Amino acid sequence: MDVKFAKPKSFYEIYERKPGANKEGIHYCPGCGHGIIHKMIAEAVQDLEIQDRTVVISPVGCSVFAYYYFDTGNIQSAHGRAPAVGTGVKRTHPDSIVISYQGDGDLAAIGTAEIVHAANRGEQMTVIFVNNAIYGMTGGQMAPTTLEGQRTTTTPYGRKKENEGQPVRVAELIDALEAPVYVERTTLSDVKGRTRTRKAIRKALKYQSENRGFSLVEVLSSCPTGWGVTPVDANQWIREKMEAVFPVGLLRDRAADIEARPLEPRPFVRENLHQLLEIPEPGTGDAQAAAAQGAGEMQHVDERYRNPRIKVAGFGGQGILFLGLGIASTGMELGYQVSWLPSYGPEMRGGTANCSVRVSSDLIGSPIVAETDILVAFNKPSLAKFEPDVRAGGVVFYDSSLIDASPQRDDIEAVSVPATQLADELGNTKAANMVMFGAIAEKTGLFSLEEVRQHLGGYIKKKKLIPLNERAIERGATYVREGA
Amino acid sequence: MARVILKGNDAVVRGAILAGCRVYFGYPITPASEIAETAAYYMPLVGGVFLQAESEVAAINMVYGAAGAGARAMTASSGPGISLKMEGVSYIAGAELPCVIVSIGRGGPGLGNIAPEQGDYHQVVWGGGHGNYRNIVLAPNSVQEMADHGILAFALADRYRNPVFILTDGAIGQMMEPVEFPETVVTPPEKEWAVGVGAARRPNLISSILLDPDELEAHVAKLEEKYTRIVEQEVRAEAYELEDAELVVVAFGIVSRVARSAIEVLRKEGCKVGMLRPITLWPFPEPQLRELAAQERVQRFLTIEMSNGQMVRDVRLAVEGRKPVEFYGRTGGNIPTEVELIEQIRCQTEA
Ligand SMILES: Cc1ncc(C[n+]2csc(CCOP(=O)(O)OP(=O)(O)O)c2C)c(N)n1
Ligand code: SF4
Repeated sequence: MDVKFAKPKSFYEIYERKPGANKEGIHYCPGCGHGIIHKMIAEAVQDLEIQDRTVVISPVGCSVFAYYYFDTGNIQSAHGRAPAVGTGVKRTHPDSIVISYQGDGDLAAIGTAEIVHAANRGEQMTVIFVNNAIYGMTGGQMAPTTLEGQRTTTTPYGRKKENEGQPVRVAELIDALEAPVYVERTTLSDVKGRTRTRKAIRKALKYQSENRGFSLVEVLSSCPTGWGVTPVDANQWIREKMEAVFPVGLLRDRAADIEARPLEPRPFVRENLHQLLEIPEPGTGDAQAAAAQGAGEMQHVDERYRNPRIKVAGFGGQGILFLGLGIASTGMELGYQVSWLPSYGPEMRGGTANCSVRVSSDLIGSPIVAETDILVAFNKPSLAKFEPDVRAGGVVFYDSSLIDASPQRDDIEAVSVPATQLADELGNTKAANMVMFGAIAEKTGLFSLEEVRQHLGGYIKKKKLIPLNERAIERGATYVREGA
Repeated sequence: MARVILKGNDAVVRGAILAGCRVYFGYPITPASEIAETAAYYMPLVGGVFLQAESEVAAINMVYGAAGAGARAMTASSGPGISLKMEGVSYIAGAELPCVIVSIGRGGPGLGNIAPEQGDYHQVVWGGGHGNYRNIVLAPNSVQEMADHGILAFALADRYRNPVFILTDGAIGQMMEPVEFPETVVTPPEKEWAVGVGAARRPNLISSILLDPDELEAHVAKLEEKYTRIVEQEVRAEAYELEDAELVVVAFGIVSRVARSAIEVLRKEGCKVGMLRPITLWPFPEPQLRELAAQERVQRFLTIEMSNGQMVRDVRLAVEGRKPVEFYGRTGGNIPTEVELIEQIRCQTEA
């Protein structure tokens, strides 16, 4: 049979990886299609002169040992995952040639998601899909491509569409996607079919070597062992039964519409990496370090507000998390230890947001603020929810333009600031949070107004917004200072 | 150097990129999504690859392919997604590929919730996938450590050709703190065993299948040798106020932060309590715990976790019954408060 031809160079001379004494014969059963398809791939790899950059992904199935034979790079992958593994290889080495070799269980059952999405991305790889209508390796169980009525060890009474559904036509499925460049179904049942298969495999690999995109060749292939027939009868069965359900032929060849394109170079960037990552460059940061020296024990801050545990709470969209970030970021620039912990996820979708902020001259243990020194409340539910957590002697800032009640407790200090109204007067409701920041700074002395202003640029990315924020901070501070 | 304020989930990616990671595959899930988002933003700027995979199964298998092709590759997820990754992790461990997986714990089992939890300790530290393998597991408890571990993890992964997990919780992932990044920019080492392009790569095979029982046994033995080396060389832990401690708290991740605050308060009241914080969960700081257990002054251990009691088993194995090992845990995504821990720790001391 075919395997007796001269060995292509992209097969190993001797199959050293194969266990046992026979290092020259293949492990497949007599009449099995896998060996024939392997050989066609090896020939194409040789003829296209891509051997040195080819990586064959062996699937799980009878062809799990494809790496015994191919003198190329080899990766053995988990069941069904070859297209994902191939994606990893190809994205790492865009100049490699990736062959995802898969059986019907591998590709059309357990690996359905991986093949569909690799195809849909137009992943630059070649998929050789061996459809033998059965699970060969595990001993003849039903495959997604098993024909209706076909008996297998798990459909002992024949596959019934009511129970197992009908055979999956993979080539048609892939042809429904936009991205693939080439999809063809061929057969090994006769000489003509084999010639066609050889050409199809070659074409698919050629397209990959020209970076034209994703190709899939579905090959109708025999499994005499799984089917319990002779190799000759197997070919007849493919011809009569399989080809009736899986029509052979070209489904798509869009190569003409897609230019052969050179690879885009993707250099490994080392230069200016800190800058690209927006992290401080080596050798900067003296100002912060100096500030850290000066920050000391926060002696200049009234004892009540020293090393504060702050909770900021309100509706999503009020800039709650941002105000928290502003406080933390300013603290950091002044050399303090800081932490910021948000409420996250659906909690926020429900409309409320809060964050815990700590500013400390010592290392911060818990970033969670339960017992609160400074509560900043932007709506009524937040005031009601967090007021009980305020420590005796603590302070509550609340937006009196939105909250029509004042804090209930008499062992805490309440500072009412109509932040939203003041922000409206400045021309932008969204600045209410920064009005509050000004009020907090003025009242607690945690930061001076100048310090707050100076470090706005650290967390406000849109520089044109800085003047507005400066005015907001000023307004909040004035309100606290002058009561209006 | 200047500090920059970042989320844990963000810092780990920027650290990884400094460490030469240029390949990221992931699938969104709260509270880990910012890791993918940060990678999506920066990878294209640094000549890297970001790809949102169709599932966590696909993502980890893409990592398998990329790592097999010699890249420093990374993925991240949380609870349900980590479960799905376990297939790939076993293959990666079996094929001895280096990679980094970040697990940002959330409440479980099942869909559970998205609040921070540590209930994936068993899954990540003790295995989770099939077969005889171990993951190196780092447990950062600050944003600074998220950045540092993003770098360290790749060094360990390559040194041992082993998957490395960064296991933490939603709180550490979501919180912001100042971070300092090192000057060093790493170019990943050439991996002569990887598949790729060029005749020299052709003989390379990435695989975890060994049909012959003796061969597989030899492979497992080789892995065990490696694991022994890791146990000997890579244990990391932080001792806090342990010099004279009579009660030893054991905690990691966000819990260790709250415990630290609680211990600060208790120390001021004269309570002789300290903490051993595992920084590597595997290898587990057994030597440190064993030594503490041997100290006469140490009366008991208290393991505090945000789980139903998973790490406590490792603590008990290390203590070997020499001293009582108590457990206090919260689940559901609840973070114990400082006050709560002060109460727990004190009552343990007085008992
Ligand atoms: C996750 C997983 N599930 C199941 C198996 C068992 N298994 C091995 S091969 C195989 C079927 C392979 O059939 P197919 O893809 O059609 O390839 P063939 O053997 O017919 O070439 C199965 C189910 C496995 N290895 N891994
Ligand atoms: S069982 Fe079938 S698919 Fe497997 S080697 Fe034998 S003939 Fe080929």
